[in-house]
Amino acid sequence: MADSIKDKVIRIIAEQAVVEPSDVTMDQTLEDLGIDSLGLVESIFAIEEEFDIQVPFNANDPTDSEFDISSVAAIVRAVEGLVADQKA
Amino acid sequence: MKRVVITGAGTINSLGHSVTATLEAMREGRCGIGELETRDVERLQVRIGGQVRDYDAETHFNRQQIALYDRFTQFTLLSARQAIEQSGLSFAGELAAKTGVVLGTAGGGVQTWDENYRAVYEEGKNRVHPFVVPKLMNNAAASHVSMEYNLKGPTYTVATACSSSNHAMGQAFHMIRSGMSPVMITGGSESMLCFGGVKAWEGLRVMSKDACRPFSLGRNGMVQGEGAGVFVFEEYEHAKKRGADILAEVVGFAMTSDAADIVMPSKQGAARTIAAALEDARVSPEAVGYINAHGTGTAANDKTECAAVADVFGHHADNLMISSTKSMHGHVIGGTGAIELLACVMAVRDGVIAPTIGYEEPDPECALDVVPNQAREAKVDVVVSNAFAFGGLNAVLALRRAS
Repeated sequence: MADSIKDKVIRIIAEQAVVEPSDVTMDQTLEDLGIDSLGLVESIFAIEEEFDIQVPFNANDPTDSEFDISSVAAIVRAVEGLVADQKA
Repeated sequence: MKRVVITGAGTINSLGHSVTATLEAMREGRCGIGELETRDVERLQVRIGGQVRDYDAETHFNRQQIALYDRFTQFTLLSARQAIEQSGLSFAGELAAKTGVVLGTAGGGVQTWDENYRAVYEEGKNRVHPFVVPKLMNNAAASHVSMEYNLKGPTYTVATACSSSNHAMGQAFHMIRSGMSPVMITGGSESMLCFGGVKAWEGLRVMSKDACRPFSLGRNGMVQGEGAGVFVFEEYEHAKKRGADILAEVVGFAMTSDAADIVMPSKQGAARTIAAALEDARVSPEAVGYINAHGTGTAANDKTECAAVADVFGHHADNLMISSTKSMHGHVIGGTGAIELLACVMAVRDGVIAPTIGYEEPDPECALDVVPNQAREAKVDVVVSNAFAFGGLNAVLALRRAS
């Protein structure tokens, strides 16, 4: 199932960045993808809706949130963690 | 150009139901923010706010009035009543014909929208009360003040999000200064602490779940409040001739647009507006003793605002005081500038500077004298009130001690 979470997160990020999912790589940052603070808040919202989870994220200081957004890989890992927690 | 003075003030907000109570709370550094009481609060992530407490509409208004007055209109009318009573003015003939009402609100009758959407969507009702539209419209409050006091001059509502009140008061100032009106009723009101109102703000992820701590390191966002502030602005000679008690003089106003981002503040935009307000007031930056900050308690606003102040005032930035009373009454959105102008009046009239409460730790990016936690006595001649709204719309007022 891990693959499908990854695919879904990448799809959400790609949509926000207005690129094809295949153009998103795991080591990219949101900045690399041209996603600004509003785009980030929208992505978080889309992730929450997609997985029916609550993402601990405060736009005041995104880097200080419990939710790691330092790269696409980090976001995928964080979402996988939240989905697993929810099932637990 | 005519001079413009303030001869009446009124308010209701989470700190109190009058100017006296509000200023006393500010002097004591009391916090009006607490647990939200609203329907479906358990479905909210953010459950704190600066709500007006111990308020019963029925002690102030009759049933027919309540059917027409959204909570934001009620707050406006109560504040206007206090302000006009204090001014000692009554309106008839030529004065009534020329006196108008310019008020700010961002959302207008949000609670009325909320209740009625709930009725038709959630409860499946197919009929709503006949007065829903006149109750929710943004200009309802201005119109009811006009009707209540027979004010037939220029009357309208300004909606520029968090700058609404400052824009409204700036317009009233211009109308008197230009000779268009001898008296204007002005200020603003907001009441969106209902489920839909708070839920919308939650979405932006800029709300704090525990406290509003402007300028303090580790601050985590804004807290919403509700309430109104209303003032009587009057032409100086008109006020002097009738021996009115002058609370303060309005000396400058400026408004600009960042033309940049729909939510992120701009240092250049803020600085440009503060500088223009001082120029309009014909005062030097060194004359300013106190700034009532926009100070929302978000990371972005507070550091941007401090940088703008440092730019405009240079070395003098280290001598002046700047505080955010939002730490006490919360962010009253379209009404916030009016409530915050009360702190400015207190500064020039009583020599008391309202504190920034909830202050825990200095933030190197906000290295100004933010009057942490305790009010301070200080004689100041000129004060500035900042408002920098979503949408990049800035409005700054300057007041001077009455002379």
